[in-house]
Amino acid sequence: MTTVNITTPKIVVKDLNFYYGNYRALKDINLNIAEKMVTAFIGPSGCGKSTLLRTFNRMYELYPKQKATGGILLDGANMLDPKQDLNMLRAKIGMVFQKPTPFPMSIYDNIAFGVKLYENLSKHDMDARVEWALKKAALWVEVKDKLKQSGTGLSGGQQQRLCIARAIAVKPQVLLLDEPTSALDPISTAHIEKLIDELKEDFTIVIVTHNMQQAARVSDYTAYMYLGDLVEFGETSTIFTNPKRKETEDYITGRFG
Amino acid sequence: MSLQLEVRLKRQAVLDILFRFMTRISAFGVLALLVAILFSLVVGSMPAIRAFGFGFLTSSDWDPVNDQFGALIPIIGTLITSGIALLIAIPVSFGIAIFLTELSPRVLRRPLGIAIELLAGIPSIIYGMWGLFVFAPLFADHVEPWLNEHIGTISYIGPFFSGPPMGIGLLTASIILSIMVIPFITSVMRDVFDVVPPLLKESAYGLGATTWEVLWQVVLPYTKVGVVGGIMLGLGRALGETMAVTFVIGNAHELSKSLLMPGNSISSALANEFTEAVGELYTSSLIELGLILFFITFVVLSIARFMLYKLGKREGSHA
Repeated sequence: MTTVNITTPKIVVKDLNFYYGNYRALKDINLNIAEKMVTAFIGPSGCGKSTLLRTFNRMYELYPKQKATGGILLDGANMLDPKQDLNMLRAKIGMVFQKPTPFPMSIYDNIAFGVKLYENLSKHDMDARVEWALKKAALWVEVKDKLKQSGTGLSGGQQQRLCIARAIAVKPQVLLLDEPTSALDPISTAHIEKLIDELKEDFTIVIVTHNMQQAARVSDYTAYMYLGDLVEFGETSTIFTNPKRKETEDYITGRFG
Repeated sequence: MSLQLEVRLKRQAVLDILFRFMTRISAFGVLALLVAILFSLVVGSMPAIRAFGFGFLTSSDWDPVNDQFGALIPIIGTLITSGIALLIAIPVSFGIAIFLTELSPRVLRRPLGIAIELLAGIPSIIYGMWGLFVFAPLFADHVEPWLNEHIGTISYIGPFFSGPPMGIGLLTASIILSIMVIPFITSVMRDVFDVVPPLLKESAYGLGATTWEVLWQVVLPYTKVGVVGGIMLGLGRALGETMAVTFVIGNAHELSKSLLMPGNSISSALANEFTEAVGELYTSSLIELGLILFFITFVVLSIARFMLYKLGKREGSHA
């Protein structure tokens, strides 16, 4: 196992195993996620990178027969502890998915949805929060005159930024991005990547991506996974220029995967 | 091009035109049928319309001996029984559909779903018999006395729930109707809930929403067209249901405040009285009742369309 010296880990993954029924999809994962940095998970399809991401907010619990063992510590507290309040946990950890998923309501209400679940804001404060989130997601200029229009009427790239705005509106500490640009065109992808760079000032970001160049462009740390194992983890510059493991080198040079 | 191929292509072109023509005939045939039915209803009810005018709608007289007819009682009966039936059926169906799509263990889904569909397949006369011989006596012995005692004494709403516990009446008919429409509404709701993209639900869960919040604020708005459609399907059945209602509604042309008293609905009045309708005015009045039922259904469907349109506007139109 590779070790990286991360002085301020936001999330510590300890001996994490994950099962779909009897199938072991993650094998003894140990990993530190650095605070206010971007960590990328790369690897071929089925390697477990999305599965790993989905353990960070226990999304798997929606489905029967999926379970995780081991520990995932957020600021030292084990999130896998059944006593941990799931909804509070998810408020601290925002998530954005492969495809844009605007709710069937107005742009404004899309952003306010999550905020209303936890905070009782006045109209004025809510307006300010919506504006803040949309500005953070670099969408404000495009939608400020049509906040009452349906979120589903936006273009794909705008919808994805809307989803990012919705996720950060609740002021989470961690932002999970599950292949956030896989359904977008190159220009929208560039927008989102630029956005990720700006967002890491405020949030700890974990991104799963199919696109190695994307990982190289946006991340500070990269984890290469294969068949449920964490093969190599380190600073992105090291992983892409001087990988220690042969498997990693084969993958990033395109000889495999 | 060989001659053979040319002949073949020509034949295909003719067939294609023929096919298009047939589909058009079918589509316009439905429209023509609708117009024809409407036309014959209007023609048939002309004598009654001439004799009573608009008074037909507001009069509660129903006196075949003296040729005096008014539709108020059956209209009210139809609207009230269908309304109460929906009031009961909508939340129950919503609950069943949510349980089946979101909460039920996988092994229970199929048997429960099949049971609901079987419920929809029971002929209405069976519901009527069950209602009259099983449900009504139980209702009279156990529920109506309780209603009399506890709700009948409350001011304002009390009068609606007082009266002799006979078992048959508007409330019984409403409950039977609700049981009959629940499977319809439930299966439509279940089908539309099933097609909500999992990612959409995960997005809401990911923000920390509870199951209730996800269903109420995301799933339901996403599926509202289908849900309203299902409710309208149920309402359509409730408005037109004849046999089961005839068994338990009491068939009395009497206007009463109490839901426990017998009443009448348009369809059961028609079913009961057509065989004994002698004289042009009696028959014509019954046909006008049919016309009114037709009209009510039309209005209800229009209101549903309008509601959907309003809902669409409120949540923001597409850019």
